[in-house]
Amino acid sequence: MSSNPVLRLSRISKRFGPLRANEAISFDLKRGEVIALLGENGAGKTTLMNILFGHYVADEGTVEAFGKPLPPGDPRAALDAGIGMVHQHFTLADNMTVQENIALGTQSLWRMRLDRAAARRRIEQLSADFGLAVEPAATVSTLSVGERQRVEILKALYREARILILDEPTAVLTPAETDALFRTLKLLVAKDLSIIFISHKLHEVMAVSDRVLVLRSGQLVGERETGATDRKELAALMVGQEVKPAEVSPVKLGAPLLALERVSTTPYNGAGLDKVSLTLTAGEITGLAGVAGNGQAVLAALIAGIRRPTGGSISIAGREIADWSPRVALAHGVARIPEDRHAIGSIGDMSVTENVIAERYRSPRFSRMGFLNWKAAGRFAEKLIADYDVKCPSPEARIRLLSGGNMQKLILGRALDPDPAVILASQPTRGLDVGAVAYVHRMLLEARDRGAAILLISEDLEEVLALSDRIIVMSKGRLSTPSSRGERSIRELGELMAGHSGEHSDHAA
Amino acid sequence: MDALEILFTASFWVAAIRIASPLIFATMGELICERAGVLNLGIEGIMTAGAFAGWFTVYSGGNLWAGLLVAALVGAMFGLLHATLTVPLGLSQHVVGIGVTLLATSLTYYTYRLALPEVTSPPKIEPFQPLPIPGLSSIPVVGEALFTQTPLTYLAFVSVAAVAWILYRTPIGLAVRAAGENPSAVEAQGISVTSIRMGAVVVGSALMAVGGAFLTTSAFNSFFFQMINGRGWICIALVVFGSWRPGKALIGAILFAAFDAYQVRLQQISGGIVPYQVFLMMPYALSILALILVARRATYPKALMIPYQKGER
Repeated sequence: MSSNPVLRLSRISKRFGPLRANEAISFDLKRGEVIALLGENGAGKTTLMNILFGHYVADEGTVEAFGKPLPPGDPRAALDAGIGMVHQHFTLADNMTVQENIALGTQSLWRMRLDRAAARRRIEQLSADFGLAVEPAATVSTLSVGERQRVEILKALYREARILILDEPTAVLTPAETDALFRTLKLLVAKDLSIIFISHKLHEVMAVSDRVLVLRSGQLVGERETGATDRKELAALMVGQEVKPAEVSPVKLGAPLLALERVSTTPYNGAGLDKVSLTLTAGEITGLAGVAGNGQAVLAALIAGIRRPTGGSISIAGREIADWSPRVALAHGVARIPEDRHAIGSIGDMSVTENVIAERYRSPRFSRMGFLNWKAAGRFAEKLIADYDVKCPSPEARIRLLSGGNMQKLILGRALDPDPAVILASQPTRGLDVGAVAYVHRMLLEARDRGAAILLISEDLEEVLALSDRIIVMSKGRLSTPSSRGERSIRELGELMAGHSGEHSDHAA
Repeated sequence: MDALEILFTASFWVAAIRIASPLIFATMGELICERAGVLNLGIEGIMTAGAFAGWFTVYSGGNLWAGLLVAALVGAMFGLLHATLTVPLGLSQHVVGIGVTLLATSLTYYTYRLALPEVTSPPKIEPFQPLPIPGLSSIPVVGEALFTQTPLTYLAFVSVAAVAWILYRTPIGLAVRAAGENPSAVEAQGISVTSIRMGAVVVGSALMAVGGAFLTTSAFNSFFFQMINGRGWICIALVVFGSWRPGKALIGAILFAAFDAYQVRLQQISGGIVPYQVFLMMPYALSILALILVARRATYPKALMIPYQKGER
């Protein structure tokens, strides 16, 4: 390692309206070094990297690459200086091939002919050198998420990047793909590239980095050599306090609230339901574990009212409901925390206020004689923002400007107010950071203690184990018999998830 | 002659190719714009302006090729107006496009009245003459249809090959296609989305104007009001019909032109039993049918009609 930094950020500040995304952030990156940029969602990691890459212009501060100042707001200059960025949301044109995407912008725009052969040779060479297997002639729309990420990395390497920025690279990868990515990173570092690895996952940060920088609320709050710190210390730095696991009080069972009786559906995002019976009882969290695609999606959609059953019955508090729909579900106090907060949980271009009343704008609380009561709606939005500590510029801000964690807090707040009878929580903490996960868990447990019947659907087995009073495993559209807290071991649950046991039941679960 | 025999005559196909030529130019122009992500509804007006500019240049003593060049420049000017409003300013492409069409059409008529206040019947010019290609033009039917046309028709076919080559074989074509699919991919590779999109709209609009000028300098020999008569809108449909691919769009243009040439001939042999308006309607009705059959599964450029603002989250 040489002592001259390859990259130096000096006192970078950036505001979005009243929101301070970055405040006077300075750090150096050395040759062959992997820096992890750790922070919760909304801490300002992505903003900082977008400034570095020239997508945004900083309000204050400078960036120097290899000793030369980088002109602000110019991605081309960043590229030319040897900085490559793998964005969290891929910047690939789906209708073009891998080699076209990689070659884009690397040859003079006024050439009469694109040199495909040369591009292809170089891509194949880089693929082989760094373990980035991908077919250059394949159209991007046919690639898996992991392959697309490899294309993004190849794009940077093709341009001879010496500094590689990876923004939450593992968020979209399977564990095996993550391991492959980490192997690639090791090969890159061996070639003296420097890497900035953005993440909020502590174990990954510990695994790949030499040095960790922790961001919180736009400020650099800590810097540690990875070898001289541990996950606990980093977590505390990241959220600003010790993270305590949620405490679980004993169950106080109430009356059965929502019951599915031998319900079947057509397939939807995976398997359909096959004569499933399930009862949700007040004061209890029922955890649904299972490998994605085994019918969880359709079960969630069914309870939310988006899908109708092809057979069987749904009843609320003992009364069978014939015309099940989203509005009927809401009217009976079924609160939904949808799996995809962007596509279903929110309308990105509408304001926070509009989003939080989206499910209930008809209620007398928010409208009178068909006219919306914006004052009440605004008060509600402000109350949620305050109660749930949502970081957002104002209730009028478009909700898509919020980070995932803050958006999820609003959706949670919307669902939990006022006390719903039944809560459908579908992957409620997917993509959230440590602090936000703990917060969501605490809120769900509090709702349970107030007597709500909760169905928790999660692919995260640790989460299911931590929260559920009763665990059911879903496999191929059917449910296992329930087990109470601690009754089945992880291994037993894993076998049920793999569908190895014939222990399915179609009687009351 | 019965209705089927018409299809095997050279004169029918000569007419079809002639009718197709302006559509081919303008369709290529629209295709370039849309591939870059900009719907250019200014096409109808830009074709009108091009038709007048080309004709008026020749009428004022310029040669035919100069007329074509002036038409292209006028088209490019209106393209620049459209692009400035829709790309850096990000205004609604529908509203701007319709505005450009109205502006270009009205300005053209106004200019015509200013330039020729006294005339009652439109003055004529000497248009492009057919230029048979020796050898090829003597092939029966096919050769006659394709190779006894005016130079401008040959140029229309060349423009299809050129657009296809540029879009699929050159670095700038790559950037245009990416700008219409995912502009952030263009930005991330250090190319300005604004320049690519504006360039595409300007060049595309120039091609549309050349399509308009074909009518006044090659198909006919004078300019009159309403002569574009919805051809621009047909080109918008042809781009969809062609799934945003130059070759398929060319086939669409020839198909539509063949319907059009066919209905004229049907009118003549029908002997007035069926009202002639029914025949006039036929190519449009068939176009809608063809769109339903062919273009239902067409994949749009994903960023079509979505303004790109740098640095927006």
